[in-house]
Amino acid sequence: MRGFPEYFTIWHIAGHYALRLMAYLVLGFLILPILVIIPLSFNAEPFFTFTQGMLALDPDAYSLRWYEEIVTDQKWTLAIRNSFIIGVAAAILATVLGTVAAVGLASPWMPFKRLITALLLSPMIVPLIIIAAGMFFFYTNFGLVGTYPGLIIAHAALGVPFVIITVTATLAGFDRSLFSAGLSLGASPVKVFWDVVIPLIRPGVISGGLFAFVTSFDEVVLVLFLAGPEQRTIPRQMFSGLREQINPTILAVATLLVVLSMALLVTLEILRRRSERLRGAG
Amino acid sequence: MAETALAAQATASGLGPEDARNAAREVRAQRVRAFLFVLPLLAFIFFAFVAPIASMLFRSAYNPTAAELVPTTLEAIESWDGEGRPDEAVLTQFAIDLKRLANDRTSGQLAEEINRFLPGTSSVVKSTARALRRAEDETLATGGAALLLDANEAWGEPGIWRALTQAGQVYSASYYLTALDLEMSREGTIQQRDTQIYLKLYGKTLWMALIITLLTLILGYPLAFHMAHSSTSRANFLMVFVLLPFWTSLLVRTTSWIALLQTNGVVNSTLMALGLTRDPLEMLYTQFSTIIAMTHILLPFMVLPLYSVMRGIDPSYMRAAMSMGSRPIPAFLRIYLPMSLPGLSAGALLVFIISVGYYITPALVGGTDGQMISNIIAFHMQQSNNWELAAALGSLLLFLIIALYWLYDRFVGAGNIKLG
Amino acid sequence: MKYHLLAMAGALALGAQGAAAQDLTVTSFGGAYGAAQQEHMIDPYVAETGVNILFEDYGGGVAEMKAQSESGNIQWDVVDIEVIDLERACSEGYVAAIDHSMLPPGDDGTPAAEDFIPEALHECGVGNIVWSIIFAHANDAYADGGPQTIADFFDTEAFPGKRGLRKRPQVNLEWALMADGVAPEDVYEVLATEEGQQRAFDKLGTIKDDIVWYDSWSQAPVLLNDGGAQMVQSANGRIFAAIKDEGAPFTMVWDSHVYDLDVWAVMEGTEKMDQALDFIKFATQTVPLSGMQDVAYGPTRKSAQALLPEDVKQDLPTAHLDAGLKADGIFWADFGESLGEKFNEWLLQ
Repeated sequence: MRGFPEYFTIWHIAGHYALRLMAYLVLGFLILPILVIIPLSFNAEPFFTFTQGMLALDPDAYSLRWYEEIVTDQKWTLAIRNSFIIGVAAAILATVLGTVAAVGLASPWMPFKRLITALLLSPMIVPLIIIAAGMFFFYTNFGLVGTYPGLIIAHAALGVPFVIITVTATLAGFDRSLFSAGLSLGASPVKVFWDVVIPLIRPGVISGGLFAFVTSFDEVVLVLFLAGPEQRTIPRQMFSGLREQINPTILAVATLLVVLSMALLVTLEILRRRSERLRGAG
Repeated sequence: MAETALAAQATASGLGPEDARNAAREVRAQRVRAFLFVLPLLAFIFFAFVAPIASMLFRSAYNPTAAELVPTTLEAIESWDGEGRPDEAVLTQFAIDLKRLANDRTSGQLAEEINRFLPGTSSVVKSTARALRRAEDETLATGGAALLLDANEAWGEPGIWRALTQAGQVYSASYYLTALDLEMSREGTIQQRDTQIYLKLYGKTLWMALIITLLTLILGYPLAFHMAHSSTSRANFLMVFVLLPFWTSLLVRTTSWIALLQTNGVVNSTLMALGLTRDPLEMLYTQFSTIIAMTHILLPFMVLPLYSVMRGIDPSYMRAAMSMGSRPIPAFLRIYLPMSLPGLSAGALLVFIISVGYYITPALVGGTDGQMISNIIAFHMQQSNNWELAAALGSLLLFLIIALYWLYDRFVGAGNIKLG
Repeated sequence: MKYHLLAMAGALALGAQGAAAQDLTVTSFGGAYGAAQQEHMIDPYVAETGVNILFEDYGGGVAEMKAQSESGNIQWDVVDIEVIDLERACSEGYVAAIDHSMLPPGDDGTPAAEDFIPEALHECGVGNIVWSIIFAHANDAYADGGPQTIADFFDTEAFPGKRGLRKRPQVNLEWALMADGVAPEDVYEVLATEEGQQRAFDKLGTIKDDIVWYDSWSQAPVLLNDGGAQMVQSANGRIFAAIKDEGAPFTMVWDSHVYDLDVWAVMEGTEKMDQALDFIKFATQTVPLSGMQDVAYGPTRKSAQALLPEDVKQDLPTAHLDAGLKADGIFWADFGESLGEKFNEWLLQ
């Protein structure tokens, strides 16, 4: 129990607790809907609801059958594979291009900085449905619709803003004289970039890459418009499952995705701390 | 600018014009080098993102389909004054063209193009095409007009021919008119269409986005406030509860809401077990479920900027005001609220912009009355295949978003978007 | 590090190539019907030929075929189409013409041309099933008996509750007219007129607030099951399978059912034309066709009809033809577009 200043009346204190209660209710609103699907995914019945048996904690009412479904159903295994192929490739493309560009953008001499930054960040703001329609029209001309390269390019474009943001943030604490020092010692710009800049901004690059990966991994609108049956991804499979045939396999997949995002959250937190340490040391 | 400034500086510090030139050259080289770093990404974004958007804008006003299908008829009809029935030669030419299309199996495309300008006409074109499909070429060349009129009397009226002429225009603003519930009247003036669909939908979309923004604000503000004024370790712990949903797949969160809100779902079961309602409430596939689910999904976008601004507000201001006798609410309104305004406007604009263009959640939980403008664009892309109208609706949405983005950039700064 | 990235990207690109190489994409309606096709058509074909098949689901209609055809991105090879949509897909060139002489004779030796029922050999498709669109209700929703006729379906006073309908004008407008007293043989004639269309929409409007729209046949039994609707329109096999396999407490109503065929068709412009035709040849043989009895769909070959047990025949649409209306593919080829547009405006009103 904390002490309140003496000018606090009973109403102040009540207000204080009401605010705190409100904050916890909102936290509950944020987290409970996500947690509720976890027990549901162990449902022995093909429904989205808690059965009487589940509420009575009857072990027979629980099963792993929907998890088995994921590994045995060809559509899900293909979707999982596709999500990783496209996600990783798009993240690499976005990270490489984005990191190099962020170094340029961080330069005090960069021309049209504001305009170019706004342009590079705009994929984050333009509604996906517009991007999807435009890509469908434009990519058709190059035979990219219904192909892996088409989706990888599309997702990389969506991931670029995140890389720019995270890398620029790390570069803000970066001492540019290191770069000049490297050059004056006779190293080529590429070598300096690789040996000096990259190690210092690595946490930012990695978290940017993770953002780009997650963006692709979670994206479904572009997939709906640009992917053929062979490029179905996890979210695409979930989307059609929710539209056409609701069954708890989706909940099992969802549970696995929640676990994955927890792992991701931990990784990012570690990266953030390391980045803070590095900058503190520099 | 930087070069002249530098040159001036160089002169001022007693260096010669030669040094100034060198300095200027050096600056130029720096600028070029910086730009070269950005160039690959810029080229990529132009191909992967900007060109597609541009092609959508182009598509909204460009439709060569009808012109490519029946060029000869369109040429022949040019001399028609728009009143009564066109010349017999036009009808005959069209009958010949239609037979060709029927055998190429492209008459359906033409029917669709004409139907857009005179709804209900596609069945006329299609049934006529079916009738003409097996007609002899000689009969068509001499009596094509008669065959056409036999197949359907609509060919004797000017309406369908006017629709054909309109469909034949390669560049046209007509899709924008449709997207705004307008049409071109016979006299060439712009008037309202009989059925008002899209403006209403834009209105509804903005309205829903506003409600969602307000809800995230009402829910997010106290949470961000509480977190900002907790100890660092506690705040970091609570932050996990904000970031976990933020990082969890959109589809997962939408799935959750389906499980919660469906007829025999968790919420209804709980309400019925508590005796609060006897029959299950109908919540899923409504506007209500769309708003709730989107509020949940977008709440972190409100909390994060609010939190990062509030964290920087020194609590001693409030304390000072209150210790001097100000009551909490006026103190809050006069001191704290204005200081948190940057976070508030950043969060609100971000949530508003994202919700205006939202597609997935309304598509999955929105039913019929929870549909937003993105859903109708997707509908025209995938179901009715009216790509030009979809592009026009999308372009209008894009202009709206750009205006909002401009506001955001002006008040918040696009570069200041924070992640996590 | 750099080389690792390159190697990784290269490996991924190769992996992506490998995944796309051999597959034949077959698209159908999923759910219980899809499962029956998987068991009797897809799996045996894969076992015999070793061809890898991607078995996709769609919700029906021509839109997806049309988008593929007009953008030139042909992604499906073989597709299961309702005849109500086939005529349109065929006359607009989304699916290819098929030479029926390639079809093998029935298992009893009858040449294909005589073995198939006449409607099953369409210019652009080979008949797969005879099926029907019926409505069903949950037994516990209505105390005594429940709805018996299509008029009852439209009577929300006597039979309150939500009605699940597939989101399209087809069949819904026919039902509205029949519920409004139009004789089955006059339905399409009336629906071809402006007044008839208005009449159908008006009738549909009387239950609009009680309609739950769904996109795909597989949702129909789900809606009944989870209480989302008390009555649903459904393909007869879906309800049949739910009753038979899961013991679901549903009752089917055959009054004013709309019966139709499904065919296998080939996407025009597919690069795997020969492979696709080969699959169709296989899937429309006597034995695979007779397997569709699992979901109470009748076979389109007489030789397959002969393989069915007597008691199964009672559940097939062919036992109820007198109560039904034959879906008119030509009508919908001509009117599908304009009525579709009207329907969507009506939905948004």
